[in-house]
Amino acid sequence: MSVWREKMGSTIAGLRVDEGVLLRWLKLDPWLVFALLLLLGVGAVTVYSASHQNMAQMMNLGARIGMGLVLMLLMARIPPTVYQFWSPWLFVFGVLLLLAVELFGHVGKGAQRWLDLGFMRFQPSEILKLAVPMMAAWYLSMRPLPPRPLDILVALLIIAVPVVLIMLQPDLGTSILVAAAGLFVLFLAGLSWKYIAGFVVALAGLVPLLWQYVLHDYQRQRVLTLFNPEADPLGTGYHIIQSKIAIGSGGVSGKGWLNSTQSNLDFLPEGHTDFIFAVFSEEFGLVGVVLLLLLYLFIILRGLYIAVQAPTVYGRLVAGSLSLSFFVYVFVNTGMVTGLLPVVGVPLPLVSYGGTAMVTLMAGFGMLMSIHTHRPFMAVR
Amino acid sequence: MRRIWKEAKSASRAVEDEARIRDILLRRALLVGLVCFFVLAGVVARVAWLQVTAHEHFTELAEKNSTRSEPIPPSRGLIYDRNGVLLADNTPSFQVELVPEQIKDMEATLALLTEILALDEDDIERFRKALKNGRSFDGIPLKFNLSEEDIARLAVERPRLPGVEVQARLTRIYPQAGLTAHAVGYVGRINERETEVIDNDAYAGTSHIGKTGLERFYEDRLRGKVGSRKLEVDAHGRSLRMLEELPATPGEDLHLSLDVRLQAAAEAALGDFLGAIVAIDPRNGEVLAFVSKPTFDPNLFVNGIRSKDYRALMDNPDRPLFNRASSAAYPPGSTIKPMMSLAGMENGLITPEYRMFAGPYYQLPNDDHHYRDWRKGGHGWVDLDHALAQSCDVYFYDLAYRMGIDRLHDFALKFDLGRATGIDLPNEAKGLVPSKDWKLATKKQVWFPGETVIAGIGQGYMLSTPLQLAQMTAILAQRGEAVRPHLWRDASVQPIEPIKLAQSRYWDAALGGMEHVVQAQYGTAHKYIGKTAPYRIAGKSGTAQVFTVKQNETYSARGLNKKLLDHAVFIAFAPADAPRIAVAAFVEHGSSGSGVAAPMVRKVMDAWLLGEAVDKSAVTLDAAGAGGRE
Repeated sequence: MSVWREKMGSTIAGLRVDEGVLLRWLKLDPWLVFALLLLLGVGAVTVYSASHQNMAQMMNLGARIGMGLVLMLLMARIPPTVYQFWSPWLFVFGVLLLLAVELFGHVGKGAQRWLDLGFMRFQPSEILKLAVPMMAAWYLSMRPLPPRPLDILVALLIIAVPVVLIMLQPDLGTSILVAAAGLFVLFLAGLSWKYIAGFVVALAGLVPLLWQYVLHDYQRQRVLTLFNPEADPLGTGYHIIQSKIAIGSGGVSGKGWLNSTQSNLDFLPEGHTDFIFAVFSEEFGLVGVVLLLLLYLFIILRGLYIAVQAPTVYGRLVAGSLSLSFFVYVFVNTGMVTGLLPVVGVPLPLVSYGGTAMVTLMAGFGMLMSIHTHRPFMAVR
Repeated sequence: MRRIWKEAKSASRAVEDEARIRDILLRRALLVGLVCFFVLAGVVARVAWLQVTAHEHFTELAEKNSTRSEPIPPSRGLIYDRNGVLLADNTPSFQVELVPEQIKDMEATLALLTEILALDEDDIERFRKALKNGRSFDGIPLKFNLSEEDIARLAVERPRLPGVEVQARLTRIYPQAGLTAHAVGYVGRINERETEVIDNDAYAGTSHIGKTGLERFYEDRLRGKVGSRKLEVDAHGRSLRMLEELPATPGEDLHLSLDVRLQAAAEAALGDFLGAIVAIDPRNGEVLAFVSKPTFDPNLFVNGIRSKDYRALMDNPDRPLFNRASSAAYPPGSTIKPMMSLAGMENGLITPEYRMFAGPYYQLPNDDHHYRDWRKGGHGWVDLDHALAQSCDVYFYDLAYRMGIDRLHDFALKFDLGRATGIDLPNEAKGLVPSKDWKLATKKQVWFPGETVIAGIGQGYMLSTPLQLAQMTAILAQRGEAVRPHLWRDASVQPIEPIKLAQSRYWDAALGGMEHVVQAQYGTAHKYIGKTAPYRIAGKSGTAQVFTVKQNETYSARGLNKKLLDHAVFIAFAPADAPRIAVAAFVEHGSSGSGVAAPMVRKVMDAWLLGEAVDKSAVTLDAAGAGGRE
């Protein structure tokens, strides 16, 4: 196994053997590293175009990528046992921060998401993207599996508390992602299909209630808009219409880098953040889209492979959940930009310009690599 | 031992559990991996639909998003007189325009602009009218001919005035103002009714259209072809760069046969009288002078006339907007006698030598109505020459009676009486030459012989425009081989159907009679213009009874005396042996054809024939003019 990895590791990136050793010492997974760097590169190239070649933003992006890579390196070096140990503490810390946001949060774009720490603005819900699956995995890995009803309830409670807090901010996109991350843990832990079916039925029953009492007006509007964006072409439907125009006008081969008229002429709002997939599609066409989604699929499958290979239950659950969360990111964003899903504020992972999301994702991938590279026999050594 | 076995058993169960859980995870991971694959494949399918199936649709939308087509209005063709004097020019001027769709609060904007530009109610009213008729994306002008001060003040207030633009536009101006107004006409802003009729693409970016006169008749030539530019615009509507430009084709310039100097001379000749003078070069149909008096300033109409000015024009009893030269039909009076004599000879009713005794009146058989001659005592024995030269009414009463109205009608039509001459002007009146059929059709009455009698001297139902009289004169001058009259010099020459007579001496007799009207001692116009003429003139005088003219009751304000005076008419061509000019003068309430209208014709002919001669021989105008006018 390790021989195979070593061999491939050295050929993929054209690295020499001693550098393969370095990689091993760094506890990195060369496949993932390669794919992630490629994705970050695609992101930088597209942001450059979508931000109208704004160099200040590119510097910013570079700093974030650097920060993300450093964090990934650090996280990869930390053995999974440490994560397992700290999971409850991180979770409690995260929930407290959410409460703090609720009390002293900074209001941006009509939603309370930011905590101003003085030196930087910080979005605590990002922590929960990691802390919730970690906490759920920590709890379930101590319990007999497949989980029993009581354990399931506890796990659901663990998930529900932060999700509700995030929903209150309100940040539907992140709360969905966090909930999904937690539920994936339950699913991978072997939650019986019986419960899953019951769960789905309950959720279906809950949707009208959610619609009536939980969703905000603007969120309801976005869902309605999805079904008929032309009803309000200058209001809520504008994003979707312009985004579809951008993608559609790209054609099979695209208009070429820097040639997105929809973005360059400001018709597409948020072209460098949430709607960057539209700019990418316009400039690189169907060919680019297929390649990009293949890259995403590769990363997801690699993550699932790591999960399957993980030596401990905790590692398996966390790795699987992180990979699937990554998939949800990709699907929710591309679905939204192509008009398949309602508009929720989810960036295209590692490609969109933006906030702390990228840093969190890189941290997650660091953890994934840590789970993969810290093997018991290695630890014994 | 038991403990060990138990431990081993539990250990193996733990291993079993471990394996089972691992198995579940493996299967679920596989399942989820497949789900991921298919979901992302679904996204690809969606993108493929957008980018392949619906590609053209979205490309079009993207194109529409990011480009804007702007028309480039062509510059309108200029109009010159025959010597290159500008009659219609384009001059740049600054005007403030409002784009309705960009203005949120029109009232507030107008209020602010009223303050800045010191607008009066007229400006606002005119603007509102234009606003109602205009297109919301077109700039609608509010004030024209802005001063630099106005522009500066607008620039200061610009942030408070979205949708308000200062535009440099070419404005039509008529340097000769009223002098050529009835011929050249004027342009005005396109109104709602016209919007429905015109090809709106051809008028994109063009705000004006020819309303009257040549401006209207040659609208298509003068307008030119609209160009366009394609601009790239951003989401905020700002234009970023020009993608392509199709320049406009300027309108064609028109060079007229009209001579401004002759026009001025004719206008001056009319003096204080109302009426019309038309001069034609009989050889080629070129209209040399086209005067209708009174006239008006066409510049008032270009950018929308102020209601005060319009009311003044409409309330004027003299109706300055009415084109008397080609749209007014008057009784031609005795001026049709040369034509009548030709008709008589051609129909074998008279010969040049035929003589009759003309008493003081004419009577139809079995009718005691007296058709009086203008000369109380009668003319005695007259031949054709005397009948024309002295305008003997009885001679022509008799001739008309013997000819019958239908033969008269058919012959008159050949001289462009009772039908449009086809001049290049809109709204030409056709006049009227009556016939039995006509009377039956329009009046539902049979024709009375007495009506034929008075038709013989151009009275009764008979009506003609001054232009028709000039054309009739040109046809006489050309012995039946004339061309259609036209104001545009380069218009293709269109010969009218030539008038072929059995004997050419018929022409000699009729034209000789006309010459004697002026040149013979016994001619009616001799003492007024013939004695001093430096060239030989052939003419015919006429008077027309007033009541037949449809004039408004407003005339009563001018007093009964003036209203009762006859209209004076005179037609003539010269030189008699090689005609170069044919003139018709119609003078409302001029009372005497020979005494009032003939001298006017003479002045026009002098200006043309002597002035032209002067130009060629480079002698000063004064000397020749003095010689010509005693």
